[in-house]
Amino acid sequence: MASAREEILARIKAARVPPAAPVVRGYNRQGPSSVELFAERVADYRAIVHTVSGVPEFLTSLRGKRIVAPADVPAEWLVDGVTWLHEPLSIEELDQADGVLTGCAVAIADTGTIVLDGGEAQGRRALTLLPDYHLCVVRADQIAGSVPEALARLEPTRPLTFISGPSATSDIELNRVEGVHGPRTLEVLIVT
Amino acid sequence: MARNPVTWLGSPTFPKAAHKALADTQLRQNLRKATGTIRARRAAAVAEMTDWEMLRVAGEQIKDDVLARLDTLLVQLEESVTARGGVVHWARDAEEANRIVLDLCRAQNAAEVVKVKSMATAEIGLNEALEAGGVHAIETDLAELIVQLGDDRPSHILVPAIHRNRSEIREIFQRRMGVEVSDEPADLAEAARVYLREKFLTTKVAISGANFAVADTGSIVVLESEGNGRMCLTLPETLITVMGIEKLVPTWQDLEVFLQLLPRSSTAERMNPYTSVWTGVTPGDGPQQFHLVLIDNGRTQTLEDSIGRQALRCIRCSACLNVCPVYERTGGQSYGSVYPGPIGAILTPQLVGDMHDKQAASLPFASSLCGACFEVCPVRIDIPSVLTHLRAEVVEAKGRTAESVAMSAAAWIFASASRYEKAQKAGSLARFLAKDGKITSLPWPGSKWTSSRDVPAPPQESFRTWWRKNRG
Repeated sequence: MASAREEILARIKAARVPPAAPVVRGYNRQGPSSVELFAERVADYRAIVHTVSGVPEFLTSLRGKRIVAPADVPAEWLVDGVTWLHEPLSIEELDQADGVLTGCAVAIADTGTIVLDGGEAQGRRALTLLPDYHLCVVRADQIAGSVPEALARLEPTRPLTFISGPSATSDIELNRVEGVHGPRTLEVLIVT
Repeated sequence: MARNPVTWLGSPTFPKAAHKALADTQLRQNLRKATGTIRARRAAAVAEMTDWEMLRVAGEQIKDDVLARLDTLLVQLEESVTARGGVVHWARDAEEANRIVLDLCRAQNAAEVVKVKSMATAEIGLNEALEAGGVHAIETDLAELIVQLGDDRPSHILVPAIHRNRSEIREIFQRRMGVEVSDEPADLAEAARVYLREKFLTTKVAISGANFAVADTGSIVVLESEGNGRMCLTLPETLITVMGIEKLVPTWQDLEVFLQLLPRSSTAERMNPYTSVWTGVTPGDGPQQFHLVLIDNGRTQTLEDSIGRQALRCIRCSACLNVCPVYERTGGQSYGSVYPGPIGAILTPQLVGDMHDKQAASLPFASSLCGACFEVCPVRIDIPSVLTHLRAEVVEAKGRTAESVAMSAAAWIFASASRYEKAQKAGSLARFLAKDGKITSLPWPGSKWTSSRDVPAPPQESFRTWWRKNRG
């Protein structure tokens, strides 16, 4: 008997689907990558947004808290008065932290999205998932205008997480409610 | 061959099920409210996009290209996933897929698994198969959890518990979670968070579906809102993803189209809260064992039909359900399948692949052919055309029946202006039968039509007669 793989591939061939027309990409590939638009769209999804000129000044608001930070965040972010938690961290330790501070790989102005790729200042995926508060620093030059521009800047084989606002659900009467399993508070710091 | 579990065993035909559902006023109220909300919001989210039509056309073309090169692209996907440390499995049907997943769970000694909402696993009846094999699957999407805890069936592709309102959900949660909770959506969401937290942190095996798989990189994409997806895709040691063979896109760039089409069509958002992309196994981040199960389950036979195969372009957004006047009134469970609504009416019978199956064969008739589904479809599936095509197949399979005789008579009348006018005059007699301006029962062969729908009473004077008298 043929294997499932061989049989499925043979059935596809037997269907003799004719070649398709070439794809016409007539849609907009670029969008305005403005800080203002990004800030407005992030705020639309009930994330808290600040536009600042320096990160450390803002971080004093974290004093007294236990905050996870990937090992490679800029040293100046690790301000005094905060209990910084670094890897290795267990799932329980992450779950009990007050929050997490990261950078990002790319942001998208059109949709108010931040994208993490596990690269610089981001850490592994669980770091930004278990703490109930996520503070994400976005540099103005990381903001792409559109979804196509953002995807072109990303390396698809890295583990990617696209985040647009705090966790939410539309499952009760199709109305959006913020705050389910992911961080219930998302704060975005745009550095110009 | 075993029956395809895409339809639920013992379901009545659509007209019978719809008849019962129409009497449920609570159901109709819940659906009217929910679909009304999402319709307006989707329209606004789409109106923002000046290039929406170009995105739809590109979406259609990319998916058609996938169907034309499906064998090559699947082999390419298999190579990319394998190269990155994943294991690819193939399954001809539901039974084979369920056995593969059960064996994988057993290999990990898993008595419990957490699940991300997935249409593919609902289609193959995976939860029931796992349960029979001694593995309990915990649904973690809020709506799926409501369905699971309520011992209920899904009624919508995106929001399986759309037929439940907040007070019904509260009742289910109180009864099954043993907690006091209000009927505020935020409190209900909090209750689900608390209920599932421990499961997320301790369960070793997760099962997911896939919204897209990128053939040239091997990347799998899951869109979600709550973070339950991220939990399942990140914390367990083993991840098993089950996907239909048509869920491919050829390249990473192609995703730029679907990541714009899907959220706006589905939840009416510019972007859904979370999208996860992973490629095989990443050392030190996420599950260190990854299995991808590719399922056919009726897709290759659907591919053979030159008109019907466009149903395989579907990206499961559910926009067609939300605009359908039939769905809004009958609810999703009347369709007797995990795929309800307009897309279900064309996809389900093709996956079943047996026009003598009375229940599946009744589905292409569950439509008024108004065309609203085609207008909102992000990949331009011409659902009305496929419906009429499948109706013809059903009629052909059945041979000549009273309805087909009535239809041929109607075609003969419509073909000639004078015959049409005479028939209209004869029809005005039917006013005597009308209650509330509707005819609820016509004599045979018209009874074959009115047994499942009312006919509006014809006016005393036809438009043609009126025109000749007043304007002619």
